Amino acid sequence: MLNKLYDWVDERLDITPIWRDIADHEVPEHVNPAHHFSAFVYCFGGLTFFITVIQILSGMFLTMYYVPDIENAWQSVYYLQNEVAFGEIVRGMHHWGSSLVVVMIFLHTLRVFFTGSYKKPRELNWIVGVLLFGVILGLSFTGYLLPWDMKALFATKVGIEIAASVPVIGGAIKVLLAGDSTILGAQTLTRFFAIHVFFLPAALLGLLGAHFIMIRRQGISGPL
Amino acid sequence: MSNNRVSRRQFLGYTLTGVGGFMAAGMLMPMVRFAVDPLLQEKAGGDFILTDQKVADLSEEPVRVDFAFEQVDAWYTSEVTSSAWVYKEGDKLIALSPVCKHLGCTVNWGGDPEHPTQFFCPCHAGRYEKNGKNIAGTPPLGPLDEFAIEDRDGLVALGAVKANTLVK
Repeated sequence: MLNKLYDWVDERLDITPIWRDIADHEVPEHVNPAHHFSAFVYCFGGLTFFITVIQILSGMFLTMYYVPDIENAWQSVYYLQNEVAFGEIVRGMHHWGSSLVVVMIFLHTLRVFFTGSYKKPRELNWIVGVLLFGVILGLSFTGYLLPWDMKALFATKVGIEIAASVPVIGGAIKVLLAGDSTILGAQTLTRFFAIHVFFLPAALLGLLGAHFIMIRRQGISGPL
Repeated sequence: MSNNRVSRRQFLGYTLTGVGGFMAAGMLMPMVRFAVDPLLQEKAGGDFILTDQKVADLSEEPVRVDFAFEQVDAWYTSEVTSSAWVYKEGDKLIALSPVCKHLGCTVNWGGDPEHPTQFFCPCHAGRYEKNGKNIAGTPPLGPLDEFAIEDRDGLVALGAVKANTLVK
């Protein structure tokens, strides 16, 4: 049945070559943990992507209940965690996953660094990777405020002051992030929500696309 | 006419780029202006808030003066409480902001038993002299901000926060 369906689509759109380009490629022996167990270090990039997908999915579902409004944000988080079936699980996935993404991306960076994989011709991919690291940290920072509890508020106060300490443009960065020159409040929450849910994920997907296209064109770096 | 005539292809290229650029700008301009609005909004400010603190009760020793005011945060208006460290220098009234210039925690007068005549921030042990001057070797990079202050019929009234003018 499924085969017939596939053949029907393939006959009309010729999707097999596309599928082959995306999925069918050689995994060299030196990066395959089945050959050398120590090659598991090559899995961290894929694991980062896997957890990122979980973050995107769990985040999409969280927005079904969450409201980015200072009167209701905390209540909505409390409600979705304690009253909604599996709310604790879905929020837990997003909460713990966020830390895990940072850990995995860090391990991936270490692997690339210690195998020297950033060297020519892969410099551009290293740069895109560093930008991705920045985007992930930005997502962590903006997501931290959204539950709108005391910890979130004061962590963001400190975080915004750190941003404000940038020479010359620090003051402007602060106002653009907080939405006000003195108050950390209603406008800060809506801005952080917009950045967390729309702006940074868009940047993340674009950069991830570039990251993957480059690794497919250049292949995985050779053994040490 | 010059020798480098514009070909039909070039002309169309320029025209399409120009029109495309114009359309892109037309799309982006409203959105960018929308996003940076907080940066360009004029703040009213400057209104003085009357506190309960009697001017006659003030001394050379800074005291914490709490006050409440109506804060307008875009569409959200609320009653907010805040505080200032107020003291007299001769006849002059001085009010310093309690917001640490390091990372925005709240400073206390004499909060550190080892330095009873300084402001102390418990977060990262930042210290300031009585006039708000940050003490070298502690985290803050600048002096405490200052409130505009007035004597209104014997009561302290506080105005806008401005950069410290006491530290030379």
